[in-house]
Amino acid sequence: MSSEQDHLKDTDTEARFEFKKEERSAVKSGKGLTEEVVNLISDDKDEPDWMRERRLRALRQYHAMPLPTDWPGQPDLTELDIEEIVPYIRPDVDKREGVDDWDELPDDIKDTFEQLGIPEAERKALSGVGAQYESEVVYQNMQEQWEEKGVIFMNMDQAVKEHPEIVKEHFMTTCVPPSDNKFAALHGAVWSGGSFVYVPEDVTVEMPVQAYFRMNSEGMGQFEHTLIVAEPGSEVHYIEGCSAPKYGKHNLHSGGVEVFVKEGAHVQYSTVQNWSKNTYNLNTKRAIVEADGTMEWVSGSMGSKATMLYPCSILKGRGATDTHITIAFAGEGQNIDTGAKVYHNAPDTKSTIESKSISKDGGRTNYRGLVHIADGAENSSTAVECDALMFDNESTSDTMPYMEIEESKVDVAHEATVGKIGDEDIFYLQSRGLDDDDAKKMIVAGFIEPITEELPIEYAVELNRLIELEMEGSLG
Amino acid sequence: MARLELKNLHAKVAEGDEQILHGVDLEVNSGEIHALMGPNGSGKSTTSKIVAGHPAYEVTEGEVLIHLEEGEFGDEIDIPEDKRTWNLLELEPNERAALGVFLGFQYPAEIEGVTMTNFLRTALNAKIEEREELFEEGEGEDDEDEDDTPATSPMEGPADDGEIGVSEFQDLLREKMEQLDMDEKFAHRYLNAGFSGGEKKQNEVLQAAILEPSIAVLDEIDSGLDIDRLQDVSNGINSLRDDQGTGILQITHYQRILDYVEPDRVHIMLDGQVVKSGDASLAEQLEDKGYDWVREEVYETA
Repeated sequence: MSSEQDHLKDTDTEARFEFKKEERSAVKSGKGLTEEVVNLISDDKDEPDWMRERRLRALRQYHAMPLPTDWPGQPDLTELDIEEIVPYIRPDVDKREGVDDWDELPDDIKDTFEQLGIPEAERKALSGVGAQYESEVVYQNMQEQWEEKGVIFMNMDQAVKEHPEIVKEHFMTTCVPPSDNKFAALHGAVWSGGSFVYVPEDVTVEMPVQAYFRMNSEGMGQFEHTLIVAEPGSEVHYIEGCSAPKYGKHNLHSGGVEVFVKEGAHVQYSTVQNWSKNTYNLNTKRAIVEADGTMEWVSGSMGSKATMLYPCSILKGRGATDTHITIAFAGEGQNIDTGAKVYHNAPDTKSTIESKSISKDGGRTNYRGLVHIADGAENSSTAVECDALMFDNESTSDTMPYMEIEESKVDVAHEATVGKIGDEDIFYLQSRGLDDDDAKKMIVAGFIEPITEELPIEYAVELNRLIELEMEGSLG
Repeated sequence: MARLELKNLHAKVAEGDEQILHGVDLEVNSGEIHALMGPNGSGKSTTSKIVAGHPAYEVTEGEVLIHLEEGEFGDEIDIPEDKRTWNLLELEPNERAALGVFLGFQYPAEIEGVTMTNFLRTALNAKIEEREELFEEGEGEDDEDEDDTPATSPMEGPADDGEIGVSEFQDLLREKMEQLDMDEKFAHRYLNAGFSGGEKKQNEVLQAAILEPSIAVLDEIDSGLDIDRLQDVSNGINSLRDDQGTGILQITHYQRILDYVEPDRVHIMLDGQVVKSGDASLAEQLEDKGYDWVREEVYETA
C-alpha cells in the first residue's frame, strides 16, 4: 500500500456505493421492448428521424437475434428477463442537457455524485467531467482551454442534435453495428445518454476526460453510448466509472462504446466498473484503429452478477497498435466473463493483451479472447498473457484464448498462469508482521499492480479499495 | 534483553503422522550467536518454521517461549510484568513477529507487484501496531480511531501515532541498504522477484535490520552464496548483534559462514533432537570429522 493509497483510503468506499436514493423520474418508459417504448424514448428526446429509424431497425434486429447460450463456460443469462427491465428513466431535472454548474443539480443527485467522489475527481486536474444519472446526463463540464482548441465533450443525446454529420457517420455504422450481437441491437434500440468526445487533428488533451454513470432505480436498464472520434495525430484519455446500488430485481447495463482512432492518433479508454451483484453487465466496446494509431483499453470489472465484455480493436491501418489490460474479480455467485478481441487486418500491427483475474468464494472468472491475424497482415505481432489467482478450491477460472492466424510472417506469444494464493507467500508476509488479511490484500494488490499503474491515482486507489472490500466480503 | 526458549519440543507434519522433532531444547539470548548444525533431515528447518508459526507443522508436545525484559521495545512501550513471558505456540505468526521474532528464510517467497519499500514500511508499521495491541492493558475499549483527516501531505500518508512516514522510512531504508552494500535500486524492485539467490539472502538480512527483532532465526542464510556475498551477509549478521543486540540462531550445514560469524554456542541436531552443544570449536570438529562421530557418541552413551 503506497502512501497515496493510505491517504485516500480514509474515505468510506463501502458507504459510497451502497446508499440509494428515492427514485426521481420525469419520464419513465414501460417495461419491455416494443416499438412504443422506442418511440417514447425518441419522442422524449425530440430526435431527428434518422436516429428514430436507426432505433427501430435495431429493435427489429434485436427481436430477430437469439441470446448467446451455448458458448463454453458462458454466464447463465436465464434469470435475465429483459421484458421486465425498464429501459428508460429520465430523471426529473430542470435542464434537459444537463447543467454545467455543479450547484444547479438537485440536492439528492448532487449528493449521490459527491458521495461517489465525482466533484472531487474534477478538482484533480481533469479536462472535463460528465455525470449520468439513470438514462440522462445531468452534469457536463469541459474546461474552456480545451473547448477553445475545438475539443468537444458533450452528452450523446445533445451531440445527435448539435453534430449530426459526425454522429450520423459514426454512430453504430461501421464500428458496432446493431447486427453485431443481441445486446448491441438492444443497445441500438434503447440507448440513452453517454458521452461524445471529439478531438480535432493534432490536438493533445493532456488531462483525462471523465464520465460517470450511476444507476439508481430498481429494475432499470442503463444503455449509455460513448462515441470517441480522435482525428489524425490527436491524443486523449477517456475514463469511465460506473456503479449501482443493490436491489431485489435485476438491473441490466448494456452500454455501447465506439472509438475511432484515426492515423497516428492515440486513445486510452479506462474504466472502473463496480456494479451491484444483481446487475447483468453486457456491453459491446470496439475501436477502429487507422495507420500508426494506438488504442489502449484498461479495465477493471468488479461487481455484477454476470459480465460479458470483450473490448475489441480492429487494427485496420499499417502499424496500428493495441494494448489491453484487464482485471476481473468474481466473488460468491458471480461470473465475470471478460477478455479481449483484436483483429490484425494490416501489416506491421501489434497487440498486447494482459489479463488478470481473481476469484474467491466460488466465484467464476473466464478469460475469453480472440486474436485474428488476417492473411497479408505480415510482420504483425501479438502477445497474450493471462494470469488467474484463486483464493480457494471452490472458485474457478477458465482461459479460452482463441487464435486465428492466417498469415505466416507473424510473431505470436501466449502465456497463461493459474494459481491459488500461495500459503508460503502468505506465511512469508505474516512472519514479517502482517496479519492474514493484510497479507492477502498485499498479494492481490501486487497482482493487479500492472493495471493500477496505468490508471490515474484516484482510480488506482479506488480499484484497490474496491478489491479490498470485495475480499472482506463487505460489498453487497 | 530477550530469551527464546524451546522446551522439549515435539512436532509432526500437520497433514500426516510423520514425527519430525523428538524433544528439542534450546535457549538463545539476545546479543548471542548460536549455530544450529546437523545433517539434512535432522529437523533444523522444521524447528525454525515452528518458531515462526508455519501452519504445515503441528506441535504435539513442549513449548516455545519468549521472555522479554522491561524496555525491550524502547521507552514507548511499557511491558507489564505479567506480559513478559509468552508462549509463541498460542500466537499468530504476525504476533510472534511483533514480539521480536524473525525468521530468515532459506527460500523466501517472491511477491510480484509489491515494492520492497512499500512492503517493509507496511511490515514495520504493522509490527508497531500489533505490539501496541499486545501490550495494551485492556483499556480504551478497542478504540480503532480511524483518522479521517490526513494530517500530512498525500505523499506522506496519514502518519498515525507511532507510525513511520514515507520519507522517514526511506531514510532508514537507504541507511540500512548502504550498510549491507545493496544497490539503491532494490528499494523500488518487487519483493524478491527476479532476485538472485545471493540477493535474496541479503534481502533477508536487510529485513532483519529494518524490523529489529530481538531474536532472529536464520535458516541456511549461507547457502548458495559466493565468497563476496557471504562476507556481506556475514557482516550484516554481525551488525544485527553488535548494533541492535539481536540474538541469532544460525542454521547451517557448513563451518564456512562461522569463519565470519563467530558463534558463542554450537548445537548439533540429529534425528529431531539437539544432541550435543559446545563452543565454536565444535563446529570445527564437525568440519574435520563429519557427523558420524557425533552419532556414535550419542547412541553409544544412550
